[in-house]
Amino acid sequence: MPLVKDDALIQDNWTRLDDDAAMIDGPVVVSLERWLNERDVLASRNGALGVVLTSHETPEQIAGDLDRFSLVCLEFPKFTDGRAYSHARKLRERFGFKGELRAVGNVLRDQFLFMQRCGFDAFEVAEGTALEDWLRATTEISVAYQSAADRRATAMAQRQDACSTS
Amino acid sequence: MTCSVVTANRLDDGAVVYLAPEGRWTGCLDAALVARDDATEPLMAMAERAVADRLVVTPYLIAVEDGPKGRLASHIKERIRATGPTVRLDLGKQAGQTGSTEARYVSL
Amino acid sequence: MYRYDEFDHTLVAERVTQFRDQVRRRVAGELTEDEFKPLRLMNGLYLQLHAYMLRVAVPYGVLSAHQMRRLAHIARVYDKGYGHFTTRQNIQYNWPRLEEVPDLLEELAEVEMHAIQTSGNCIRNVTADQFAGVAADEIDDPRVYAEIIRQWSTLHPEFSFLPRKFKIAITGAPNDRAAVKVHDIGLRMVRNEADEPGFEVIVGGGQGRTPMIGHVVRGFLPVPDLLTYLDAVLRVYNQLGRRDNLCKARIKILVHETGVDEFTRLVEEEFAAMSRESPQVLPGGELARIRAYFQPPAYRDLREAAPTLDLALATDRAFAQWHAASVSAHKQPGYAIVTISLKPIGGIPGDASAEEMEAVADLAERFSFSEIRVTHEQNLVLPDVAKENLHAVWQGLKAAGLATPNVGLVTDIIACPGLDYCNLANARSIPIAQEISERFADLDRQHDIGELKVKISGCINACGHHHVGHIGILGVDKKGIEHYQITLGGDATETAALGDIVGPAFSGEKVTDAVDTIVAVYLEQRRDGERFLETYRRVGLAPFKEKLYASR
Repeated sequence: MPLVKDDALIQDNWTRLDDDAAMIDGPVVVSLERWLNERDVLASRNGALGVVLTSHETPEQIAGDLDRFSLVCLEFPKFTDGRAYSHARKLRERFGFKGELRAVGNVLRDQFLFMQRCGFDAFEVAEGTALEDWLRATTEISVAYQSAADRRATAMAQRQDACSTS
Repeated sequence: MTCSVVTANRLDDGAVVYLAPEGRWTGCLDAALVARDDATEPLMAMAERAVADRLVVTPYLIAVEDGPKGRLASHIKERIRATGPTVRLDLGKQAGQTGSTEARYVSL
Repeated sequence: MYRYDEFDHTLVAERVTQFRDQVRRRVAGELTEDEFKPLRLMNGLYLQLHAYMLRVAVPYGVLSAHQMRRLAHIARVYDKGYGHFTTRQNIQYNWPRLEEVPDLLEELAEVEMHAIQTSGNCIRNVTADQFAGVAADEIDDPRVYAEIIRQWSTLHPEFSFLPRKFKIAITGAPNDRAAVKVHDIGLRMVRNEADEPGFEVIVGGGQGRTPMIGHVVRGFLPVPDLLTYLDAVLRVYNQLGRRDNLCKARIKILVHETGVDEFTRLVEEEFAAMSRESPQVLPGGELARIRAYFQPPAYRDLREAAPTLDLALATDRAFAQWHAASVSAHKQPGYAIVTISLKPIGGIPGDASAEEMEAVADLAERFSFSEIRVTHEQNLVLPDVAKENLHAVWQGLKAAGLATPNVGLVTDIIACPGLDYCNLANARSIPIAQEISERFADLDRQHDIGELKVKISGCINACGHHHVGHIGILGVDKKGIEHYQITLGGDATETAALGDIVGPAFSGEKVTDAVDTIVAVYLEQRRDGERFLETYRRVGLAPFKEKLYASR
């Protein structure tokens, strides 16, 4: 599936490896279960490694291994399941994950801004997605009332700045 | 024998409508297309086409009975949908029709 | 009251544009109903029995006269000439058209109002004591914090898709007029030993299918930590709240299943971590900025005694009756708080016509510094009336048909819209309220009965707060026939309690008789000066049960 990343629509060059699939070269994404079962094999291979967490798996389960991963995918089984928002913020703000944080599953443009604010920087989208619609979604709301993983200046902070400079 | 009709709310104003012959939608329960027993599949198929055409929202089947005063929905919720709020007889489908305006609990 | 600055204006305007686009995509077929429904709900738009219904937020129940006029205008232009004030201090319009809703929202935005998060599984409109800022018993003004919470909760990126809806209430006074113990989070202002203001944090209260009284998870939360602590509670809930069963998804179930001690530990752990990594400490400057909007109006220097009022009270019995029911103590000498009943005898609780809204706006402009409040008991308030003007206010209300002198009495009934409007309801609420109201119309009888809170819900979701009614009435569907279960002894105040079920449900025709019987038992049992609730707590369910089911 295509990805929206860095304001562009790109092809995904990662391979999602099923739990029983044979290992291949190149960048692969595995389930948490496969990582936990085969960590020695996976850690010693050449090629970038990513892991996907379903919404009931927690960042704490990979917190100690984050330097192994250049990609973490958080799954939205349906867009109304909002657990991954908290997981994303914890990965970024608590565990300091600097790699690609990808939203997968039921990922829709109406939640794009929320996801971006919580620290996601890549979005698996449906075939045929129009990039300009997605990009518009990030600019629809310009005011942030609360601090989040994107460290956008909040309205509160900007008001304080305005007070102290005037 | 059970009789069913398909009801839904119109997409643009949310008004209660019933599936009528030839895929039309009517606000009048008496004009609705009736399915006998379980011959409801063709009706629902027609209704789903109207969903795809963005005419109506979430169609479903309701049971109706024919009585001396015309057709009546079997369940109280559907009877209220078919007429309007029982506490504001000037609003909903019943608006403009004559009837009691007494504010009293009357079981339906 | 609070006024939008450029940030607030921008956000609300952008949200209207965004919603306009979402409606366009729905109508154009780019969004299915399944995709659109959560989006429209997050902007307060329901599809009910007869039409769409839009719920407009009245943040913490505070309205200006100017805003009230706009609500009246919207009722006329976009609806059928009326609106319905709800138990969450909001207003609902029952007949808007989908494609007109963006225009309606634009008209709201012009007067600094919106419908953001009035539905959906997100943080809902924060509610507060309707006497905030004017009550004589207040520790601090809760509106300041309610506004801060309003902003913090608006389009919160992490908490917009919670397991279920989330309601926060705040009171600044020891007398709880905001029902904080039956909310997902209740905040009660307290002072610590150093006399600094802070919050007692109560979590896991709620009504609905499984009613629960909330638990104190923090006895004293310093003001600067408010938002970080709320973030911590919400994060624990967002991650651990049940998503497998809609009926078990509220935070009260999580608190109950986890245990209060363990839940508190999880929150404190999260709070400590968030305080390190992403604190949202409330800056003193922002607090001062918002507090400045809630400064008292330009009160005149009046004496507490008002001879003209005393004269009117002595000579005009109807006025005196209204005064006894409707007027509350104000912290400013010579001023009073007026509650306007939206419960005319036989009327629809909480409904107001456009003309009535305008009449209230007029009176607010003339006599109450242009301010109005909405109460969770579905009434309105003029918070700042000089005592010498009370008679004139009463005459104005009388002319508008708004002077029913029944506030707090048996006919001041809370009722949800019920099956007359609502898709979730099992039975009608309003006709029951109307019949009880007519049965007890006699004013002398009402005053003799005294304070008695009757609350009616048309389904287990409990929008009519029946669990905390002195007499609670819950509509149920028994084989397609409306029946009503009665509870006694519920209480939404600082002495919060859930009502006890008296026994088998009554048919619709028998409910009013049952209420009559309950009142008769109370009058028979009561000792001097006892309110209904006090008598009930002393004598218990048995004497009521005995009379109610005597003939069965």
